[in-house]
Amino acid sequence: MVNLEFIINTLSLGSLYAMLALGLVIVYGILKLVNFAYGELIMVGGYTMYLLTFYTPLPWLTVVILAVVAAMLTSLFTELVAFRPVREKSLTAMLITSFAVSTLLQNGALLIISPRARAVTLPQIFQTSVMIAGTSVPWRNILTILTCILTLILLTLLLRRTVLGIALRAAADNFTMTRMLGVPANTVISTAFAISGIMAGIVSIFWIGRSGSVTPTLGAPPLLVAFVATVIGGMNSLTGAVVGGFVYAIIISLLGVILPPGLVEFREAFMFAFVILILVFRPEGLIRSKTSVERIG
Amino acid sequence: MKLAARLKPLDTPLTLVAVVVVLALLVQLMGIDLLTRIVTVMFVSIMLVLGLQLYMGNSGILNFAHIGFMGIGAYTAVLFSMTPEAKVLTNSDLYPFLVPLHLPFVPSLLIGGLVAALFAALISYPLMRLSDAAAVITSFALLVIIHVVLLHWDRVSNGPRTLFGVDNYTTLWVSVVFAVITIFAVYFFKESRIGLRLRASRDDRYAAASIGINMVVMRWLAFVASAFIAGVGGGLWAHFITSFTPYSFYLNATFVVLAMLVIGGPYSVSGAVVGTLVVTAAREVLRGIENQVNIMQIFPQGFFGFTEVVLSVVLILILVFRPTGIMGNRELHWPRRRGEAKPAEPTETET
Repeated sequence: MVNLEFIINTLSLGSLYAMLALGLVIVYGILKLVNFAYGELIMVGGYTMYLLTFYTPLPWLTVVILAVVAAMLTSLFTELVAFRPVREKSLTAMLITSFAVSTLLQNGALLIISPRARAVTLPQIFQTSVMIAGTSVPWRNILTILTCILTLILLTLLLRRTVLGIALRAAADNFTMTRMLGVPANTVISTAFAISGIMAGIVSIFWIGRSGSVTPTLGAPPLLVAFVATVIGGMNSLTGAVVGGFVYAIIISLLGVILPPGLVEFREAFMFAFVILILVFRPEGLIRSKTSVERIG
Repeated sequence: MKLAARLKPLDTPLTLVAVVVVLALLVQLMGIDLLTRIVTVMFVSIMLVLGLQLYMGNSGILNFAHIGFMGIGAYTAVLFSMTPEAKVLTNSDLYPFLVPLHLPFVPSLLIGGLVAALFAALISYPLMRLSDAAAVITSFALLVIIHVVLLHWDRVSNGPRTLFGVDNYTTLWVSVVFAVITIFAVYFFKESRIGLRLRASRDDRYAAASIGINMVVMRWLAFVASAFIAGVGGGLWAHFITSFTPYSFYLNATFVVLAMLVIGGPYSVSGAVVGTLVVTAAREVLRGIENQVNIMQIFPQGFFGFTEVVLSVVLILILVFRPTGIMGNRELHWPRRRGEAKPAEPTETET
């Protein structure tokens, strides 16, 4: 039951979910905005891959990079056009805005491309497997894990070694104080949205790598995963997001094995019930941030 | 004059009711079938949006679970109102003890509302402490949970398959009656002791607590009342549309009611009604354009999602330029005759 295959699959799923959660938390940390449009960034990445592989002869690596860039630009654009004007108003206004942006992007894809699923041509490596210690492991799982490690290293370097990264972390701790010290708010927020978009773009590669096609409603399932993972990890810390992603993958894989067959299809409901329990009894999540903001009351 | 003075406190609900009744009469006189259908759904929407306003407007907390309670109400009401034969025909897997249940229309609706309210009452009390992002995620989680359960509990809901064969009991005037009752109920809730305390805690939590207001209990009462209205509204809708799936009660519907409330103005009862009227009209026009373009086959891949794109852009524009919606914090009032003394404004201020 719990063999090497299970472990590698869960690790790969965890890597994917960790990146997913990171992209959501990096914006939440600064703006306290739960970005409902985050899932649609993944969809944008997916459609970019579909359009580029279908209509252009570009090599696959270029396609992937452009998909990440497209997700990042979309993220920056939504911030500039929708979130910036309502930022000062109220959190509720910002949340409804993000819900509206999500609907807008989803139906934009419906309008411009098609309601039907579009197959994305993937390179060979996404379909082949490799034998490790007697079990066959799909290459894409190994790629997911490696990408996650690389992304985490780069992100850590960015956040710890660059001025922008330090400003970003400071803003997540205390945005008002950071601004008083002369850090421009717009730059910090734009950077957070850019990173969020990049994460969504990277996730889109592997999400599409699993399903093989893209639809306008592609964004909803990853968004739900990101919600749960961030809540499990504690919404204020980036480490928490990574831990939350892996914990989610472990729980969902185990639920698939443990639950009796009739209940497996309800496992999403169990996950969300778990979310509610965490928010009620341990709102700071598994990883307590040094600067948890009061969220109860 | 005496009557006018006595009706003064009922100014706003009477105005709104007048709008609803006049609209219904006009539609009745015109007798266009399509228009009657649109307006009937609109009155059901008024009820749903008012239910949402009751919680969101008075507590200031975004609620994504509303449509979930509408779903619970719809599925419950249908279980009671359908004949045993019709039930078995649409869902042969139904639990045997549910098959013989059969009640008239209105009791079925009320049971639907009560089940939704009961579920809300049991699950929501601990959630009422949460504000901001935590409150939003939990209400969203509630919506997902309700959806997943409806989607997979085949033996009650027929699973993802369409549930059909519901009798069409919701006529234009049935929907008018429910909309009118809801307008009064939501208005009186807002002006009641509970509503006033809830709004006080919305505007300043600590000041409200200092004068002994228990915010959690107030929020909880509002949430349960809101779920009851959603449940009854869901039943009404189900008996109009006559066949539906769990997807009818998910994110798309949530977007529509939120757009209606936010565009109209979440902080006033009139806002909920005005928003529903405006958004329904806009949606029908846009839907008409969408269909026309599809018939003319201008775009090879079809022309879908136009309505939602425009609506979401409008919603964002409203949030940017007029975040309190069309009505702001005001309520509609009966137009005063010239020369009549303007009554003193109530001293309480909102937000």
